[in-house]
Amino acid sequence: MKYFLKRVIGTIPVLLGVVLLIFIMLRIIPGSPVLVMLGEHYDQETIERLTELMGLDQPLLVQFFDYVKGALMGDLGVSYRYQRPVADMIMDALPYTVKLAVMAALFAWVMGLVSGIIAAVNNNNFIDRLFMGVSLLGVSMPIFMTSLVLQYIFSFKLGILPMTEDGSMVSMILPAIALGWNSAGSVARMTRSSLIEVMQADYIDTAKAKGLLRGAVIMKHALRNSLLPVVTMMALQLSSMLSGAVITESVFAIPGIGRLATEAISNRDMPVLQGTVLFTTVIVIAGNLLADMLYSVLDPRIRKGE
Amino acid sequence: MDDRNILEIRGLRSYFFTEKGTVPAVDGVDIDVPKGSIVGLVGESGCGKSMTVRSIMGLVKYPGRVVEGSMCFDGRELSGLRENELRKICGDDISMIFQEPMTSLNPVMKVGKQVREALMIHDRSISRAEADKKVMEIFEKVGIPEPEKRLECYPHQLSGGLRQRVMIAMAMICRPKLLIADEPTTALDVTIEAQILRLMKELRDETGMSVLLITHNLGVVAEICDYVYVMYAGRIVEQAETFELFDHTAHPYTRGLLDSIPRIGGSAERLHTIPGVVPNLLHLPKGCAFCNRCGYAEEACHKAGGELMEIRPGHKVRCIKPLETEVKA
Ligand SMILES: Nc1ncnc2c1ncn2[C@@H]1O[C@H](COP(=O)(O)OP(=O)(O)OP(=O)(O)O)[C@@H](O)[C@H]1O
Ligand SMILES: [Mg+2]
Repeated sequence: MKYFLKRVIGTIPVLLGVVLLIFIMLRIIPGSPVLVMLGEHYDQETIERLTELMGLDQPLLVQFFDYVKGALMGDLGVSYRYQRPVADMIMDALPYTVKLAVMAALFAWVMGLVSGIIAAVNNNNFIDRLFMGVSLLGVSMPIFMTSLVLQYIFSFKLGILPMTEDGSMVSMILPAIALGWNSAGSVARMTRSSLIEVMQADYIDTAKAKGLLRGAVIMKHALRNSLLPVVTMMALQLSSMLSGAVITESVFAIPGIGRLATEAISNRDMPVLQGTVLFTTVIVIAGNLLADMLYSVLDPRIRKGE
Repeated sequence: MDDRNILEIRGLRSYFFTEKGTVPAVDGVDIDVPKGSIVGLVGESGCGKSMTVRSIMGLVKYPGRVVEGSMCFDGRELSGLRENELRKICGDDISMIFQEPMTSLNPVMKVGKQVREALMIHDRSISRAEADKKVMEIFEKVGIPEPEKRLECYPHQLSGGLRQRVMIAMAMICRPKLLIADEPTTALDVTIEAQILRLMKELRDETGMSVLLITHNLGVVAEICDYVYVMYAGRIVEQAETFELFDHTAHPYTRGLLDSIPRIGGSAERLHTIPGVVPNLLHLPKGCAFCNRCGYAEEACHKAGGELMEIRPGHKVRCIKPLETEVKA
């Protein structure tokens, strides 16, 4: 437990660093946010007044600390474009992203683990090659293509699933598959190679010599050991999905975090962009922590304090 | 099959089929293990000892394969048995202690559970608590201090010696009819080695268990084996009762092994080693496999290897020119 507290505290400098970096970058790029807000008609005086009002005349460092102070209280600033608190906008987008990510991750993991195990058990025969061929397709197909193919087959041709998000769970199925497709492929391939490697270990011979049948050897001894590296990957996949699936959300018109970020970029809506990047960073860091934690639950060798 | 034997191996060949060629790791081996006796299998590293016993347990790894031979255990032919049939015998009637204690235990499972598992696979009616009690008993027997605490340990929390003792406990807990021990004490210090050997003897006396003991330590053989097989380059080169083998050594290779045992009182200069190295199994000499390293080799030895011949009752040797027994004196 103490170990994890340490890990959590250790992430603070990373967070601060990331915020600082975004902060600087968003201010280096040309184009004044004030102009974006004012639109077509403005005069010099209005510009100056607004700049002052928004605190943009302050030194960068002061702006930075103001932002961090606000962020700690849950205040991520106000959108230039929509005049709404950024935190509220993220909260509105979050449920869509979470729904999509969780469904995609479940799809990817179940598909990936099951086919990886099936392939490994059938080491090198036809079934193995078939599964690995399909998973290679999974790993190498770009998301937009998967999305378009799925839309074409299931919405356009068969008409059994909606083309775009309409608020229902069903409309999330295609996006979840599209988003999870790549990850399913990687999980399958990693599970397979890891399981095949573990099956060569000495302790597998011990288990066989004890009289365990093949199925039990795999379930009780090989699987847990072979999942160690896979679990890390799975946690990172989830956190990457949670931090917004830009392409999937665009293709299926899902108003999630990814859409929020892309829109903010085209609008030069700095607070929103800043907010989404910060959010993403937190999620990725949390994903890493989760991976570590899971790993140490599964692998007693790296549990601390023993 | 002679029903005085618990295990009879006949003409066992296990080969590795590699890209460079076929490696005859075990090349026509006959071994008998009589009921209630401790039989030793000795030889230098790489001579095929582990492969021989792995063949019995159905644990030969790809690209290796049992090519032919019969392995008859307690009246049952093991070769050609379906994997699931073989597993029913493994762990219950035959159990095995592996050579590598550091890697032979599952790193993510508590050792208590791993040993308990061996018991519970073959006796489904036993309760967990009963099984744990038995595990603690056997832990105590094999000299694991504080058995209660160790049940809850993971392998990485135990020393190599303790891990090997856990392996031994695991192999002995079902009271097998045959224990195959592949260098069970190589990783242990001498006091523990003595303790383990004594334990095996005790179990043999108590339960009539037979032991096939692999070792390259002839001292261990002298201590507990009733009968010895000497293996070289995939074949048995000499076999005899222990005293017979030590007193009337007939094969120059066995002689070499015996001479390389350090003895108290013997001077360092008298400690021999066998010249040369184990031949590459891919390119064995035409004649006797040992001829290139043998101090007594003649021209004939390079031309043709001998067959295993009985030179005295129960004493066989594969050498066309066995040593005179006087040589030793
Ligand atoms: N995967 C493999 N491919 C080819 N040859 C192999 C392979 N594994 C083992 N061998 C060969 O099989 C032979 C027998 O090995 P084995 O493990 O039975 O020896 P051993 O007598 O048990 O030796 P040690 O005392 O070192 O345990 C060795 O000469 C080795 O070179
Ligand atoms: Mg060996």
